[in-house]
Amino acid sequence: MIEHLIPVLAGTLAAATPLIFAGLGELVAERTGVINLGVEGMMLIGAVAGFAAAAHSDGGALAGLPAGAVAGMLAALIFAILSLSMAANQAACGLALTIFGIGLSAFIGQHYVSYSLPGLPPLDIPGLSEIPVIGRILFHQDAVTYLGLVTFVGVWWVLKKTRLGLVLKAVGEAPDAAHAIGYPVIAIRYGATLFGGAMAGIAGAYLSTVYTPLWVQNMVAGRGWIAIALVVFAAWNPTRLLLGAWLFGGVTILQFHAQGLGIALPVQFLAALPYLATVVVLVLISRDKRLLQLNLPASLGKPWMP
Amino acid sequence: MPLLEARPTPSARMRLLAPLIAIGLTLAVGSLLFLSLGKNPVEAFGVFFIQPLSSGNGWSELMVKAGPLILIAQGLAIGFRARIYNIGAEGQLIMGALAGGGVAIAFDGVDAWWVLPLMVIAGAIGGALWGAIPALLRTRFNAQETLTTLMLAYVATFALSYMVNGPWRDPEGMNFPQSIMFGDPALFAPWFEGMRVNAAILIAAVASLAFWIFTSRSFLAYQLTVGGLAPAAARYAGFSANRTVWVSLVLSGLTAGLAGVGEVAGPVGQLNLNISPGYGFAAIIVAYLGRLNAIGIVLAGLLMALLYLGGEAAQVALQLPAAITGLFQGMLLFFLLGADVFVDYRLKPRPRPAYA
Repeated sequence: MIEHLIPVLAGTLAAATPLIFAGLGELVAERTGVINLGVEGMMLIGAVAGFAAAAHSDGGALAGLPAGAVAGMLAALIFAILSLSMAANQAACGLALTIFGIGLSAFIGQHYVSYSLPGLPPLDIPGLSEIPVIGRILFHQDAVTYLGLVTFVGVWWVLKKTRLGLVLKAVGEAPDAAHAIGYPVIAIRYGATLFGGAMAGIAGAYLSTVYTPLWVQNMVAGRGWIAIALVVFAAWNPTRLLLGAWLFGGVTILQFHAQGLGIALPVQFLAALPYLATVVVLVLISRDKRLLQLNLPASLGKPWMP
Repeated sequence: MPLLEARPTPSARMRLLAPLIAIGLTLAVGSLLFLSLGKNPVEAFGVFFIQPLSSGNGWSELMVKAGPLILIAQGLAIGFRARIYNIGAEGQLIMGALAGGGVAIAFDGVDAWWVLPLMVIAGAIGGALWGAIPALLRTRFNAQETLTTLMLAYVATFALSYMVNGPWRDPEGMNFPQSIMFGDPALFAPWFEGMRVNAAILIAAVASLAFWIFTSRSFLAYQLTVGGLAPAAARYAGFSANRTVWVSLVLSGLTAGLAGVGEVAGPVGQLNLNISPGYGFAAIIVAYLGRLNAIGIVLAGLLMALLYLGGEAAQVALQLPAAITGLFQGMLLFFLLGADVFVDYRLKPRPRPAYA
């Protein structure tokens, strides 16, 4: 059994990586009051940009990730101009970004259909990867998966321990008050939205250049939406987001190991599990309206103009 | 320095102009795109918008594609007016197709007039039930319908995949994921020889008329709209917020389900994995572009259908990727949202230096 579980748990960490990046980015944006439903679109744009950069350079995945980050940020910029500078409806703008991202990535990706990349070999952490069982689960991952955990620590630290974190949260809770004491609300929201775009772009580029290094149309397959749901599930708390991402990573990976684990269910049912789990998780977390209201950034989704 | 200021009252003229501005900007950026791809924009737009309409079959195809788009968008618009965002119409379409297709498969070989009407009813119920799930989750558990409707759309695609790979797979279909081809009693008969347009378009037409009467005449529609614009006022007036959610999601699920059955009993003629080229998502754009208004949606649906046809024509005539349609759809929605800002806001006049 343990021999079967090791690849499942190791795979869980990798499958959680895009959710961690995209989820953390969205979490920071939402903490400042901006709900960007365009995560799926930004991930797709990041995925295709990352793939193109990796395919046309010698850098491989290492060139893909920065390209994905920049592309995701540019996509987020469109959203920010419309919803922050022009105060358009955030939900509609995010939806538009997703539809645009699906179209743009399919358009650019047409050149790369069935083209594959070398991917990224796992990086053994010296010493630690030798530990029996644990070593093969935790310390035999690709570099980006480690980077995801480092990013988590960074976001957690900034939000919890720094003045910048306090300002970000203040803008989300009470933009008028933050404005009154001299913080540039719109600029801060721009920053958080662009950060979210960069993170989503990295998440997409990870999918296309490392996780499954070949181009498939619409390859993000709803992970952007799951990331948004995870932020709600996490009650806007980075640590809970990390746990949620691992949980969903596990559910996602299950379909590939079902046989080894002796699960005899139709493959489509297992493939649908992450989406069903998202619904269940949303129901569980939203049921307690008071608890949700308590954690919800007070100005979330509300347009604000000075 | 903010460049915009709120208008004293929303501009009605701008509300009607915004879609035209959005279309104009999309064409402008589209021209640049064509130029960058080495195509003559005039020729390319000819292929996109004129060529598909230069034959009888082209008009037939326009109706075939506009039908489901208009039908779904009419249902979605009811919800959008009430700020209930059903973005999973694609899933409700699939469930309608599955329910309707199931009837066709169950009564395969039965030559009776009632097979097709039964399929239509089953499709409507299938879509409505798939829309009812997020309504229940929203009213009972407060779960956001935006996310649940979309997640259920993914679940629906897997359900479809399971059925056409498993129980309903055509035993003589060479293992392709598809059902049997439906017999004539389970199909909308084409109106003209060699063309695909059929009576399913009448469902869209009747629905458009019904929604036009519903939105302009009924008290319930008024309550829904007030609930969207001013939730506090709606509560004060005693309009039920839960009923708004139920009506919005079940109605939009129902129309999407009808669109689904229209596809499998029409142009597709069986259940397979390609029953919809993203109609459920494109209908969101149609609803907004049509100003959530029944008549506007008919016009917007025709335009969007033309965009699909143009994409196909451009693929053949100009060797452009078919995905260009999706790109145009996204741009159109972006420009529309941008132009819509000027319904409620206007550019702030530059402050003049004050002379003493």
